[in-house]
Amino acid sequence: MWSWLLHRVTGLAVLLFLLVHIVDIGLLSFGPDVYNEGIALFSTGIVRVISLGLIASVLYHAFNGVRIILIDFWPRGARYQGIMFAVVMILTILCFLPMAYFVVAPIFQPGASAVALPM
Amino acid sequence: MKVTLRIKRFDPDKDAKPYWAEYTVAASPVDRLLDALNTIKWTIDGTLTFRRSCAHGVCGSDAMRINGRNRLACKVLIRDVGEKVTVEPMLGFPVIKDLVVDMDPFFHKYESIKPYLITHDNEPGTERLQSPEERARYDEGTKCILCGACTGSCPSIWGNPDWVGPAAIVNAHRFIFDSRDQGTAERLAILGQRNGVWRCRTIFNCSDACPRGIPVTDLIEQVKRAIIYGDRNID
Repeated sequence: MWSWLLHRVTGLAVLLFLLVHIVDIGLLSFGPDVYNEGIALFSTGIVRVISLGLIASVLYHAFNGVRIILIDFWPRGARYQGIMFAVVMILTILCFLPMAYFVVAPIFQPGASAVALPM
Repeated sequence: MKVTLRIKRFDPDKDAKPYWAEYTVAASPVDRLLDALNTIKWTIDGTLTFRRSCAHGVCGSDAMRINGRNRLACKVLIRDVGEKVTVEPMLGFPVIKDLVVDMDPFFHKYESIKPYLITHDNEPGTERLQSPEERARYDEGTKCILCGACTGSCPSIWGNPDWVGPAAIVNAHRFIFDSRDQGTAERLAILGQRNGVWRCRTIFNCSDACPRGIPVTDLIEQVKRAIIYGDRNID
């Protein structure tokens, strides 16, 4: 049940980001200055922490999506669903940690932004 | 040992909404939970209402939500549930009284998948023979006792009471994959509808709940593949 519930919640979280993403990309239509000002929000500490949630959601949703495809189409998939769930969680955490480092590290190095922004 | 049972009770004649009642009874660790319920009914409060018939895990009458999971009260041992036990009627069914739920919708769904042998050929003069391998193909589904534990544990049913539910699909599987049966196309057409197999989101609560150890989700997935490929021999 947790695999399914997490899949739902992370799916909605990614959808929510998509709406935000449409807005931030849409700022381009107001010119480069407005866009740069808007996109700078993503390098603030709070948004970086929220981004961690997005990264974890995308990773889990992607890996578990593959698990669901295997359950649906691989005749033995349903029998190995528990093991596959453990693999999904391990892959999610393994991929999350290095990505999280690059996203959060700049918070502790004021002035030096890891991701160079065209300011 | 003393066991405290926290039971969700509801009498439609007296109560506006369900309430929790606590009873403490003496029980042995190897008693079944059903024994504790009987002790309450026979010695403390005769109005406590629950179904039970064979009390040996075969009739499927006493499925209920025990510590948050659907189990048969006659199969659960006191030592496995601890000194404090929460007992509720199964979710996803209308409550009639206390732990008794209305199984009518459940059995209507069971009937909807035509749970009987369908043949179009002339009656054979002899028995309808089958190899051990052909018999083994649908063995899991034959173990179903129609207790409703799987259907009552399914979030898809909680969200949509019209969905046919895992128990009916398991019983459809039992005939779909029976080499003697010729109603496969009929049943796959029924289960291919909106409220057929596709509302299964592979949550696996049903497989966990089944007191007979049937891999319910596995069987549902086999039916899904039979519909997709239009062939029951695909797996």
